[in-house]
Amino acid sequence: MSKPCLQVRDLNVKYPVGSTFLGAQRWLHAASDVSLHIDAGETLGLVGESGSGKSTTGMAILRLVTPHSGTVRLGDTDVTKLPASGLRALRRRMQIVFQDPYSSLNPSMTIAQLLEEPLQIHANMSKSDRQNAVAEILRAVGLHAGYAARYPHEFSGGQRQRIAIARAMILHPELVVLDEPVSALDVSTQSQILNLLKAIQDKSGTAFLLVAHDLAVVRLMSPRVAVMYLGEIVEEGPSGRVYDSPGHPYSMALISAIPFPDPVRQRSATRLILRGDLPSLMRPPSGCRFRTRCPFAMEICAQEKPPPAPIEGGGTAACHLHAHGPRLRGRSVQTLLTNRPGEVPQAAMAASR
Amino acid sequence: MDQTGSPPGGGDKLLEIRDLVVQFPSPNGLLTVVDHVSLSVGRNDIVCIVGESGSGKSVTMQAAVGLVQPKGGRVSGGSVKFEGQELVGMSSRQLNRIRGDSIGFIFQEPMTSLNPAYTVGDQIAEVVRRHRNVSRRDAWKRAVEVMDRVHIASAATRAGDYPHQFSGGMRQRVMIAMAIACDPKLLIADEPTTALDVTIQARILEVLEELQRESGMSVLFITHDLGVVAEIARSVVVMYGAQVVESAPVDELFRSPRHPYTAGLLEAMPQVALDRGHAPIAIPGVVAQAYAWPQGCRFHPRCTFCKPEVCADAPVPLMPDDHGFVRCARAAELRATLGQAATERSVPVMS
Repeated sequence: MSKPCLQVRDLNVKYPVGSTFLGAQRWLHAASDVSLHIDAGETLGLVGESGSGKSTTGMAILRLVTPHSGTVRLGDTDVTKLPASGLRALRRRMQIVFQDPYSSLNPSMTIAQLLEEPLQIHANMSKSDRQNAVAEILRAVGLHAGYAARYPHEFSGGQRQRIAIARAMILHPELVVLDEPVSALDVSTQSQILNLLKAIQDKSGTAFLLVAHDLAVVRLMSPRVAVMYLGEIVEEGPSGRVYDSPGHPYSMALISAIPFPDPVRQRSATRLILRGDLPSLMRPPSGCRFRTRCPFAMEICAQEKPPPAPIEGGGTAACHLHAHGPRLRGRSVQTLLTNRPGEVPQAAMAASR
Repeated sequence: MDQTGSPPGGGDKLLEIRDLVVQFPSPNGLLTVVDHVSLSVGRNDIVCIVGESGSGKSVTMQAAVGLVQPKGGRVSGGSVKFEGQELVGMSSRQLNRIRGDSIGFIFQEPMTSLNPAYTVGDQIAEVVRRHRNVSRRDAWKRAVEVMDRVHIASAATRAGDYPHQFSGGMRQRVMIAMAIACDPKLLIADEPTTALDVTIQARILEVLEELQRESGMSVLFITHDLGVVAEIARSVVVMYGAQVVESAPVDELFRSPRHPYTAGLLEAMPQVALDRGHAPIAIPGVVAQAYAWPQGCRFHPRCTFCKPEVCADAPVPLMPDDHGFVRCARAAELRATLGQAATERSVPVMS
């Protein structure tokens, strides 16, 4: 058992958003009590929809936004307590790859300059050593060494994302946050990047936090996944288990909403389609935050925040269904759909109001 | 030109596009972004055009209804018949009468398609008043009615709200309400769910399918997502490099793709890889670009089945086959292989 590379405890990120007419500060709770850990060389998937707080969590871990409370430990370093002067050394150890390779690379720098810049800042290397490192990393991401003299606009989206990955990896960081690394790319090139990331990780042993909305991508890339809804982690566990037998109704809805590319199978699939809208992060619902859209919501859901319940096959889900009502006791939410067909659409309609 | 027989769709054609060519000027001369595209939509039909960025799928539709000229593009050839009426060469005045009336539109970005300064009810009513000789009051009533049909709760009150008061998914439903306000015979939806989260997308697709079933209108749906295609389409047109490369009824297309690009697109999907238990199989190389269409088959530089002597020189025509059309010089030879391509090829098995 390797020791955790990253340990996040009760992380809270709030943004100030104006004030009430009495002058009290109003806050948007982007991430609430988020806890997670990633072992060295491991990938953790963090999934959720827009507004779930998944990117905010990634940014707070890198201290690109300042967390309001909680701790983030990278190895033995407490990232949250680091003074500004210590941040530069931290950057060498953790890096990020952004979603949009069109806006994340400086258009006036050549690829060689883009890739050498981190080395100039962080590593005490001679010019020729830096050039060797650039050639080596270009090879690792599958680009010609001859491309080094070119500018970002000369490359396609997929190639630019390779450059962004090269820039993140050139310092051999312990952790890289991948924030939607393939969602801006064409389908036919997405899997090139996914396969590349896997190959790079196998070689370098870098830990990845993969932030994505696409559960299929996350399952392919990471053995463990955490599902976020409205700033909270609602379920975590082995990807296969979460995908095949979700313990939280939101995970179930998220998985069943992804249309599978097979029309015959699609027609017979059991789906949980959510009604209603995402509530505001400024006034999250009491108790369970998912209850306003949950087809299985019970009285207790409005009153008490559900504690994480252990799920068969590993991981936890923060849902009252495991201890109250139908008492799933760690079984999949799917059992509710298959046992009582016809009842769910009714319940779902009721939840839509 | 190279199109023989009739592209997919029922016998009675609502929309029939033949050999459509669209060009845009560029510093390097005219770029052909839609190259002899033919497709048709029958009545009570749902047709999906699927392709990646730059495939020409959106421009095809924009050109068909006269929306590329304002952007500097021009239709250099072909014909577009809607209910037997030729749309190419029609004056913008005549086109305005059809657009928004018997042809409705939904676009990708619901926020930029709505005017932030007017209530959504006003904006829907405006469409109705433009095409129907009705009173303000009746137009408003119609607006509320169509908002109700797309399942916007308490439509009568919400019609008085402004676009910013709606969430992304709701705004897209407002756009759908606007598009169906005049009971169109054809609804053109250009990537209507791409900017939305999957759970919201599922709801929008459900609403669209329900409307189609109830009204019998036809839907032409443009998307890059084969999952969405499987969900909603009855027939599918696959585009690559400004051309149609394959078209077929939806079940046949997914069961036995006949073009290596279609097969590759399927195998590249993470879900398919997961399902079959292997790593996703990427299509090598980059998407072909209009300023440098490859010679011969436009997909040949990326094709695992390419035989240079057959594929790399002469343009490949779109040919009929047993379930649709395919543009591949090796289609007949590959028929058996493509159906089982993913399992045939040796691929690393996931741990």
